[in-house]
Amino acid sequence: MSGRTLFDKLWDAHVVARAEGGRSLLWVDRHLVHEGSHHAFAKIGARGETLAQPELTFGVMDHYAPVRRDVPPMPAVLKMMERLADNAALHGFTCIAPEDQRHGIVHVMAPEQGLTLPGLLVVCGDSHTSTHGAFGAFAFGIGATEVAHVLATQTLWQQKPKRMRLRFDGALGPAVTAKDMALHWIAALGTGGARGHAIEYAGPAVEALSMEARMTLCNLSIEGGARCGMIAPDAQTLAYVKGRIHAPTGAAWAEAEADWAGLYSDTDAVFDTEVDIDAADVAPTVTWGTAPDQALPITATVPDPLAQPETTAAKTRDTLEYMGLKPGQALSEVTVDRIFIGSCTNARIEDLRAAAMVLHGRKSVVPGLVSPGSAQVKHQAEREGLDNVFTEAGLDWGGSGCSMCVGMNGDTVPAGQRCASTTNRNYRGRQGRGARTHLMSPSMVAAAAVTGRLTDVRMLLAGRA
Amino acid sequence: MRGWTELEGPVVRLPRDGIDTDQLIPARFMSTPRSEGYGDYLLHDLRRGPDGTLDPEFPLNASRGPILIAGADFGTGSSREAAVYALVDAGIRAVLAPSFGDIFAANAANNGLLTVALAEKTLAALRPVLRIDLVSRSIVSGPTSLRFDLDEVTAQKLINGWDDIDLTRAHQDAISAHRETIPAWVWPTCVRGGKGAPP
Repeated sequence: MSGRTLFDKLWDAHVVARAEGGRSLLWVDRHLVHEGSHHAFAKIGARGETLAQPELTFGVMDHYAPVRRDVPPMPAVLKMMERLADNAALHGFTCIAPEDQRHGIVHVMAPEQGLTLPGLLVVCGDSHTSTHGAFGAFAFGIGATEVAHVLATQTLWQQKPKRMRLRFDGALGPAVTAKDMALHWIAALGTGGARGHAIEYAGPAVEALSMEARMTLCNLSIEGGARCGMIAPDAQTLAYVKGRIHAPTGAAWAEAEADWAGLYSDTDAVFDTEVDIDAADVAPTVTWGTAPDQALPITATVPDPLAQPETTAAKTRDTLEYMGLKPGQALSEVTVDRIFIGSCTNARIEDLRAAAMVLHGRKSVVPGLVSPGSAQVKHQAEREGLDNVFTEAGLDWGGSGCSMCVGMNGDTVPAGQRCASTTNRNYRGRQGRGARTHLMSPSMVAAAAVTGRLTDVRMLLAGRA
Repeated sequence: MRGWTELEGPVVRLPRDGIDTDQLIPARFMSTPRSEGYGDYLLHDLRRGPDGTLDPEFPLNASRGPILIAGADFGTGSSREAAVYALVDAGIRAVLAPSFGDIFAANAANNGLLTVALAEKTLAALRPVLRIDLVSRSIVSGPTSLRFDLDEVTAQKLINGWDDIDLTRAHQDAISAHRETIPAWVWPTCVRGGKGAPP
């Protein structure tokens, strides 16, 4: 028998029962819920179900949370937050409100609180749950019916996905980040490139990433169609987890360390798909279109439909029309109307530091919002004076929440405006009806703020990085 | 949820790739309770002008039917089940496309919506009115009938309108037994009612 992959090991450890047709019933170790989970609570309410394991269920108000003090929250937003608080009180699980010191975007908060651990199965009614895979956890997003199922049974039926190893060999160049790695592989493989797969990110360039950067890489797994993404835990993972409030202590920590030591792919393990990328080929990358795979190095030009086969040309033309771009235009000539730094993808302290390094002593020529990923990130940024860097540059410094990534709290980009954004989706209408989104790393967004156009951040980092 | 076995009706063609979940239902509508119906929100910003008036030329406005034929990468993106609610509440029971987002397809099966992945060429050849049979896994298009793949569990869920929770109750002993084997470190410390240290 050949060895097992990291994913095989995580899968096997959570199988409760196997059914005909290949489905397995899996035990869920952590269930994260948010205001958007209201459909699921309505479902279990209608059935008269109670929560199977309230102590493994954690709620946070992030999707609708107001992040700007100057804008009063919409009544619908307050109602959504109240609804989650009511369900938490009714069912007896922890619920974190915006004023709580533990508050944050669910995929920022849970690792900070030590809720995310290696070896766990983590689910949430949010597709970016893949973020938690950075710790060597099996973490994925689910729909409302599945959320209701987990609430009622603490289990979930799943078909085992195929296994993909995505290796980044070599080392990243200067100012190239995990965000660029993600946009690079998604552009290479397509939005459906990893469909039906669990990805294990591996190789020296992945091992060299900080925990926060690993979270960014795993966060974007879904944008390439993957069910989940993960990285084998190492000494850095354990150092991040140890001492956090909900992390194991004493004898339980020792037991955990022993268990986690086995969380790697055996040398003779077989993957269904293997992809190798040279990290040196990854450039600071921006999206030009309306899907995350429509991404190019900042030094490139906007695709020209005339140079494409007719099958893709029509789609390109349509995309360029929505985005207001000219065929063959240099990406570095594209002007932006505003910027957004935030989201579960890129709003951790290292992200804010990277943006502040570019913005320090400079002005943003366009308006923009910086929304730290959590209260802890906000507090740390303020201790380091990063908030002053942003406000002195002319940007708004807000609270934490999903905010302008998804626009559910009312923070949107006006129709026809172009936003340089650290978020995860450049879909049509994602940031607001008619909004034009360009995805990129935090330092690239900061560079766009300084020049008012898409900009190669490497030119602004001389003497700084 | 009521199940279904056979479906016959007109096809609506939406010849676009990458109809993601944000387009299927923009996030701003998702605080609405399901009981109020999601059908009007389906593809809202594609179907309607900025002033809310319906674009008479847009496929779903020009014609209606229970079967939607769409481009590749249908339903990619967010886990929002509301994308499926919008389709179902607009009367759609089957979506035929070259490929689907994984989470979307799982959500569809939980809400009586059939998703069938078929090659673009095959889709192009289908007639304007189709009959779909879940038992025989067939799509009847005029004189031709083609078979499609559908796993037994999904088929049973669609046919019977089954809810997984009922199915899972039969495994309660296995769940309880598994729970006892979970190592102590898995249980979060400092959580009320948890096995770890008290808060």
